[in-house]
Amino acid sequence: MAEIAVKKNNDLDVTIVKKKNKLGAKIIAQRGLILMSVPILLYKILFAYVPIYGWLIAFQNYKPQIRNIFKQQWVGLDNFKKLFTGLMGDRFIRDIINTLGQSLLTLILSTVFAIVLSLMLNEVKNTAFKRVVQNITYMPHFLSWIIVTGLVSVALSLPSSGGFINSTLMALHLIKEPILFLSKPDYFWGIVAGSNLWKELGWNTILYVAAMTAIDPTLYEAAEIDGAGRYSKIWNVTLPGIRPTIVILLVMSTGYILQTGFELPYFLGNGVVVERAETIDVFVMRYGYQLGNYNLAVVAGIFKTAVGLVVVGLSNFVSGRLGQETLV
Amino acid sequence: MKSKRKTLTFENVTFTTINTLILILLSVLMIYPLLNTLAISLNDGLDAVKGGIYIWPRMFSLKNYEIVLKMHTIYNAFFVSVAKMLVVTFTNIIFTSLLSYSLSRREYIFRKPITILIILTMYFDAGLIPNYLLIKDLNLINTFQAYWVPSIISAFNFIVIRTYMKTIPESFIESAKLDGAGEFCIWWRIVMPLCKPTLAVIALFVAVGSWNSWLDTLLYASRAQNLSTLQYELQKLLASAMNSTVAKGGMAGAQAIAGTGGQVTTPLALRAAITMVAAVPILCVYPFLQRYFVVGLTIGGVKE
Repeated sequence: MAEIAVKKNNDLDVTIVKKKNKLGAKIIAQRGLILMSVPILLYKILFAYVPIYGWLIAFQNYKPQIRNIFKQQWVGLDNFKKLFTGLMGDRFIRDIINTLGQSLLTLILSTVFAIVLSLMLNEVKNTAFKRVVQNITYMPHFLSWIIVTGLVSVALSLPSSGGFINSTLMALHLIKEPILFLSKPDYFWGIVAGSNLWKELGWNTILYVAAMTAIDPTLYEAAEIDGAGRYSKIWNVTLPGIRPTIVILLVMSTGYILQTGFELPYFLGNGVVVERAETIDVFVMRYGYQLGNYNLAVVAGIFKTAVGLVVVGLSNFVSGRLGQETLV
Repeated sequence: MKSKRKTLTFENVTFTTINTLILILLSVLMIYPLLNTLAISLNDGLDAVKGGIYIWPRMFSLKNYEIVLKMHTIYNAFFVSVAKMLVVTFTNIIFTSLLSYSLSRREYIFRKPITILIILTMYFDAGLIPNYLLIKDLNLINTFQAYWVPSIISAFNFIVIRTYMKTIPESFIESAKLDGAGEFCIWWRIVMPLCKPTLAVIALFVAVGSWNSWLDTLLYASRAQNLSTLQYELQKLLASAMNSTVAKGGMAGAQAIAGTGGQVTTPLALRAAITMVAAVPILCVYPFLQRYFVVGLTIGGVKE
């Protein structure tokens, strides 16, 4: 008995040694691939993960004058309490609501209009006209947010400053007096969503249009034989055909639900509309970075990243359950 | 014959007409703000303030562009923007494609852990201030390196390039190996040429991103005027114009400003001219790559 056990042990040792050799041999054989990827990975880790040491500031009474982050005064969870309670808490919770509101409104409007525009483009039989429309609607995507905020603020200004939205509405007799859009808090979420829509609408159609061209043409022929008209074909063939694309794009964008564009609320959000304009990012920039309140800014950043990761995990899980593509 | 008659029904004709009209209206809506800016930039500055310029200048003049190009800050910022864009695009393409190539090889033993670590960076953000502190601790603040060193690998672009590289038949790589080619040689000589369309689109995305960014200038180089970029200069101008709009109830850009050499224009016209300088280089390139956009956006191969 004992002999057999010893023999078994020996066998095991041999296989371990063999496995180790195999791994070693593989590492030597794949040294080229390792040389290509490992240094780049370490580099990426340095700029993506190493900054996490800055999270220590969340537990400190940080003073930028003291350069060594380990020699700061430690305050435990005080900063977390400060950010989520009292007056600061009211402000931060308002900012979370603004972030979610602006980003959800943008997501809903962008998705609906992108699908409608894709359907309309799909019905165009003249390819030259289709390409021209596509190229023009892609154009705003390539403009910077700085340029877009400039164009938006001019478009929404008074007719005397070139505000063509006001002048158009007045010419159509829809309004009598020009509206100061950027001074009305109630309009702000809509302005953010509308600007996003203008910039990205054409770009967002690319994947939908691609999915529509991949639909089997025999399905349309079969529908025609059954007497389906144009609208019926759109409703019963095209829309079901792009449903997987719609689902995966929605699931993927939920991961970015706290990432509203920074520039629109930052530049267009003046003091008059701040109650609807300030988002988490703007808070971090204005209150944290520019006023030197690093502690609370870092806490806000941790909150945002944590929520973002949880939402991505959840949406990835849901997407997997729905039988869709997952990220990792 | 039957189907031809069908396309001429009343329903189809109205549908096509309305569809075309809406698409034309939409195109006008998309292009009008930029055409309007172009017209204002090509108009005499003092005249432009009177309003009423739509898509054609009333008093044609190149003065605004002359003033912009003579402004030392704008001139310098233009070259910084170009240099930044070129360096960022070049380093991104080289390093992201190297990484993508190694992780597109199925037999590579560290493929899975490295891929996961890279993809997670898409969703993990340490935050504005921790990132700023790292750049500061690396002594990169107010240097040109701060523009490109932190961002030579993008996880999203990595996914796109790797997905495409996976479609290259393994026999190509195997036969090159038999001929004694090393991994770097295979990457550069065989795989890279096959990926040209994808790399072109990724290069465009990276170039646009770099050209359009301004936050990096604000955070990492705002104290070094010689490192200022076009977008940052435009942002400064817009911010001052917007503040004056709020303060003066909408008469932004009315006060005259004197450029060098006794030329006079207004912030309104100047802003329009700088906007055009910042927008036009990109707008000249993208239509040529239109048919490749789909490749660059494909998410179908994301799954590991």
